[in-house]
Amino acid sequence: MADAEIIPIGTRGRAGRGSGRAKPSSASRNLAAKRTTAKPAAKKAARVTSRPRAVPDAIEQVTTEAVPQPAPTDVPPAAPRPATTTSDRGPVAGISPAGWLAMLEAAAREVFGDDWEPRLAEVLALLRRRLAGEYDVDEFGFDPEVTEKLTLALLRPIAEKWFRIEVRGVENIPDEGGALIVSNHSGTVPVDALMTMVAVHDHTGRFLRLLGADLVFRMPFVGEMARRGGATLACNEDAERMLSRGDLVGVWPEGFKGIGKPFKQRYKLQRFGRGGFVSAALRTGVPIVPLSVVGAEEIYPLVGNVPALARLLGVPYVPITPLFPWLGPLGMVPLPSKWLLEFGEPIRTDELDDAAAEDPMLVFNLTDQVRETIQQTLYTLLMKRESVWR
Amino acid sequence: MGRVVLVTGVSRDLGRRFARVLATTEGIDRVIGVDVVPPRGDVGAMSFIRADIRTPVIAKVIAKEDVDTVVHMSVIATPGSAGGRLTMKELNVIGTMQLLAACQKAPSVKHLVVKSTSTVYGASSRDPAMFTEEMQPRRNPRSGFSKDAAEIEGYVRGFARRRPDVRVAVLRLANVVGPHVVSPMTSYFRLPVIPTVLGYDARMQFVHESDLDRVLELAVTSDVEGTYNVAGDGILMLSQAVRRLQRATLPLPGFAVGQLGSVLRQMRLADFSPEQLSFLTFGRGIDTTRMRTELGFEPAYTTEEAFADFAASMPAASRLSGSLTGRAVSSLQDLLPPASEKAGARG
Repeated sequence: MADAEIIPIGTRGRAGRGSGRAKPSSASRNLAAKRTTAKPAAKKAARVTSRPRAVPDAIEQVTTEAVPQPAPTDVPPAAPRPATTTSDRGPVAGISPAGWLAMLEAAAREVFGDDWEPRLAEVLALLRRRLAGEYDVDEFGFDPEVTEKLTLALLRPIAEKWFRIEVRGVENIPDEGGALIVSNHSGTVPVDALMTMVAVHDHTGRFLRLLGADLVFRMPFVGEMARRGGATLACNEDAERMLSRGDLVGVWPEGFKGIGKPFKQRYKLQRFGRGGFVSAALRTGVPIVPLSVVGAEEIYPLVGNVPALARLLGVPYVPITPLFPWLGPLGMVPLPSKWLLEFGEPIRTDELDDAAAEDPMLVFNLTDQVRETIQQTLYTLLMKRESVWR
Repeated sequence: MGRVVLVTGVSRDLGRRFARVLATTEGIDRVIGVDVVPPRGDVGAMSFIRADIRTPVIAKVIAKEDVDTVVHMSVIATPGSAGGRLTMKELNVIGTMQLLAACQKAPSVKHLVVKSTSTVYGASSRDPAMFTEEMQPRRNPRSGFSKDAAEIEGYVRGFARRRPDVRVAVLRLANVVGPHVVSPMTSYFRLPVIPTVLGYDARMQFVHESDLDRVLELAVTSDVEGTYNVAGDGILMLSQAVRRLQRATLPLPGFAVGQLGSVLRQMRLADFSPEQLSFLTFGRGIDTTRMRTELGFEPAYTTEEAFADFAASMPAASRLSGSLTGRAVSSLQDLLPPASEKAGARG
């Protein structure tokens, strides 16, 4: 800290900075330190010898001066900062076109690295293609390009840096062919679904197709984004269509009961719907992969609900958390809990025949089996976690 | 002895074109076109009879001409062209009832082909991604064209029950586009600025007009029966379609789009009906597996190609050269050396 440059506050009794008057204001006089007579004199002498006075005193910036140095430094004392001169006060008038170009080039180099030209060309080509509408979506409205290059790229830092997601049992996700990932649902806002999407894509390179409630598709913007991200309505027709195409499908059978449960019921699985997901897997003969998510419960601890407002808005609940709505938009920032994702061993359904899907007892048993697996894994994961935050 | 085909709704372009194509088909002796107003344009070998299908006159025509195949294309989607919603409903529903009653009385009739629409499935947030023929609409249509179409299909099913000896084929077509098509959808896309529903993006499928002719011809000449979805391959999002047209959009909340629609309707610029609004909000997809496997029809145009053909037919003057951002991107692109050249120099 010996070399720290000390920038004093105020103008030390000389003409006020920028005030334009020869006489300093009383405020700046008060700010000036009481000095012994020797120091200013020494400083003045040094200044006069070091450089010629080219600019009026009024806009001269006082930067380096004779603050007593504890030791003679390696910085040559004869190189004080040059005075700041301003010849052009217009906002951009002083930058030539070449200067702009150089700035842009430097910025491009900063963003894209040394091979910025081909990469910028690539980005521009992508932009142009997007603007011309020359891209493909599948029958569900899934846009892989936007999902991979934009949505997942935006979510990835949240998954890695904010929630520090730890993934176990990735080998249980099949590398190809259809599979149904069944997970617990929590966290007031379905952040867990998005984070699962990121985790699955980053660990297996496959897109996870989400099954969402019809409320998702009724809401403006949300529904549009959901379809673009590969989600579709959670109904048997769509689930079976996706599974038989060989997609990796994610389902949260607890639905709003799970995601909107009070904080005190955290990590207690709710009823698993009517087992529709099991019959969809049975009909298409794909494995069911149970997924347990620990950490999502704590991101927005739901401590209250406004049922009247919820009815008015046509949503299942209006959440009250310790931070929302008290802190306004700031309360919408999820708490940085530590997340653990564990994919369990796949439950095979291809050995059962087609009639199995029509057997309600078998469907209920399988549903219970999946639910129990997830619940037990949740308990073991909770034991492994040091605390909510780490 | 060849067949005698009666085609309804030939005054409009699609009907007239199909009747003309059908008249040149092998194995078909005669094509009789029926409508309340004479068709404008070339009718080819088709013979036109001016008759209103809402009156029992149609029964006389069928009996006199010894018609064995009836192609019902007289389902109007635009109240504007018919002269109001009431007339449209009468033409659609009463017309179909009269026509089917006449068919039921005529022993000569052996085949019935109905051009229906995928609008019968409705469009809502609770829809599955793709409708198969067995699926019912999630919300029954309460007004307009989709209700008419649903009622017409109901009458056709009733007819099929009463005359089991008649082969009935119902084709549910996605939106037909092409250079000559005038429909609510094409007039919507022909607007200089396209209003869209803010926060929603609809999935759409299109059928090219030439594929419409082909699939109807196939339904007349082959011996398939039942209901079939007909659409080109693939899906186009509304936003994507508008970008391909290089048109400007005006995103508005749903209710405002509806109000704008009624203003446009009064100005005769576009027919913007409530069911079209829900279609533009949620979109719809129909499954065409049965069209391929049972009907044996392969569309020549995919959704994308059909729309591209339609877009190419639009007057160039009204097409903007691209949005501001698009122009900025392409001018930036011109500044840079081509990516391939660069890569070659490096590699």
